[in-house]
Amino acid sequence: MTDVANHSDRRPGLIRLWIGPLLARPVALLGVAILLVVVLFAVAAPLIAPYDPSAYDALIRLSPPNPQHWFGTDQFGRDTLSRVIYSARMALLVGVGVVVFALVTGVPVGVFSALFPRLGQLLMRAIDVLMAFPSLLLALGLIVILGPSVANSIIAIGAGFLTTTARIVYGLALRLKMETYVEAARSMGSRTGWLVLKHVLPNLISPLLVQASFVFAFAQLGAASLDFLGVGAPPNIPSWGNMLAEARNFITRAPWLLFFPGMMIVLTAFALNLVGDALRDRLDPRLRSAFGAER
Amino acid sequence: MWSYALKRAGATAITLVAASVIIFAFIHLIPGDPIYVRLGDTATPDQVEAVRHTLGLDQPILVQYFQWVGAVLHGDLGHSIFYDEPILSVIADHAETSVLLATITMIWVLLIGVPVGMIAATRHGSWLDQGLSGLAMLMASVPTFWVGLYMILIFAAWLGWLPSSGFPSLFDRGGIANLRYLLLPSLTLAAPNAALILRLTRASMLDVSREDHVRTARAKGIRPWRVVTHHIFRNALLAVVSAFGFTFAALISEAVVTETVFALPGIGRLVVQSILQRDYPVIQGVVLVIVVLYLVVNFLVDVSYRFLDPRVELQ
Repeated sequence: MTDVANHSDRRPGLIRLWIGPLLARPVALLGVAILLVVVLFAVAAPLIAPYDPSAYDALIRLSPPNPQHWFGTDQFGRDTLSRVIYSARMALLVGVGVVVFALVTGVPVGVFSALFPRLGQLLMRAIDVLMAFPSLLLALGLIVILGPSVANSIIAIGAGFLTTTARIVYGLALRLKMETYVEAARSMGSRTGWLVLKHVLPNLISPLLVQASFVFAFAQLGAASLDFLGVGAPPNIPSWGNMLAEARNFITRAPWLLFFPGMMIVLTAFALNLVGDALRDRLDPRLRSAFGAER
Repeated sequence: MWSYALKRAGATAITLVAASVIIFAFIHLIPGDPIYVRLGDTATPDQVEAVRHTLGLDQPILVQYFQWVGAVLHGDLGHSIFYDEPILSVIADHAETSVLLATITMIWVLLIGVPVGMIAATRHGSWLDQGLSGLAMLMASVPTFWVGLYMILIFAAWLGWLPSSGFPSLFDRGGIANLRYLLLPSLTLAAPNAALILRLTRASMLDVSREDHVRTARAKGIRPWRVVTHHIFRNALLAVVSAFGFTFAALISEAVVTETVFALPGIGRLVVQSILQRDYPVIQGVVLVIVVLYLVVNFLVDVSYRFLDPRVELQ
């Protein structure tokens, strides 16, 4: 516990609060390292990739891994390693997109519902109704209405996490509302907007960081499923899901096509889950229960 | 107890009505005229108007909604454009595969997830526990279809032990032996869900083992294994029961992909095919059936939870 006399002490910064627990845990550090590699792939793809990811070469179709093409080539003779590296861009885009969508829509719904109970009850019932649709069915339905594209994949997957995010934020905000300091601020005449900015949102940052890492992980799996079913990113855009959808047709002739993109999805999602777990364990125990035991 | 069940039933009914509005709206939100989807682009305006009138699509939207609800309550989910059959019979044709797949998968999930989670919890902190927990997290990070494709590659293509795709009905030639077609798909589908139940069993057993009644049981000198089975496990199982609804939803989402990978004639693949064939009334019908099932499962889970844990009543 902090020393009461040390009033002047600044609150520990976000970086110290969050980087610390990651450094202390070797597996979480491994997760961070994997994520850094994925980010590096995405940012520096043209510098790292040995070939143009869409350059056709009929002479080397479906060649197994060799010194020139470490991960082999696909049915058009395109270099698999280069395509795997370029696909990191799509993975990051979809992950960040889904997280932003879930936060931008879920947080206001949750906070608003907690602060205005009457309307909040109604909003939460609406969230319950949305939750009656299994996530992939909801995503597929939205894709049918909006049409398949990268942006619409993000919205379709994000809609499923709008509900969970709103629920978590609602639970946390209700609890924060009851805290003595929030009540004190209110009794001193603070406006609702000020209360939210000063007392509610700052306390939501940590749990939302945890939620964001899990959403990011599940978004990878969701996007891969949509791509695999042929309703996600257009087939000409390299993405790990699209690569697997194509590899499926050459499963016995070219099994390496299946291995590398799939491995990248697994590693990315696994790394995000590791980081999310480490961050959750660092979380204030009173807030931790909002995530449930299984997440 | 009964008043709670009644209250829950009411809430479920309200959710269902709201969900039905969304499902009804779905078909009207799809860009393009549903009549042209049905008749093709070559239809003349007269034909379009005639069909619009027969289908009642020229009525006000609210009237259309109540007509649709009325038909649904009479078991009429509409007509499939692709199959040219009533949707209910299309769904019935695909139900056998999906019901069998879900049942076998749930058996795997419980057989693997609960005991392994129990072992991990009793060996809390050991290498075994860390290894099993790590493995569970890895399984939860693997795309289902990727596991499925590897199952096909290894057990069907390389070893030739099991069929790679399709499922002939149990009533066809082969009978009960046809279940072997579902072995690889059910294991694929079970992997992420068993991982989830494993983590849940472990976490809730650890929670319960810190409670006072467990300490009392230990202090009374009850044998350690009996404390685990009778005092910790029984209470921890409640959390697993409450996760059943969540697992059911996850199962449906993953079944859509798994049935596509293994080319199974199930309801999940029906959804995907209907999307690709623009057979929108079928999507509407299937989603309605699934949502009703999901709400019923959740209702049963909630009510049985009260039944199993009398403490809930006190709160």
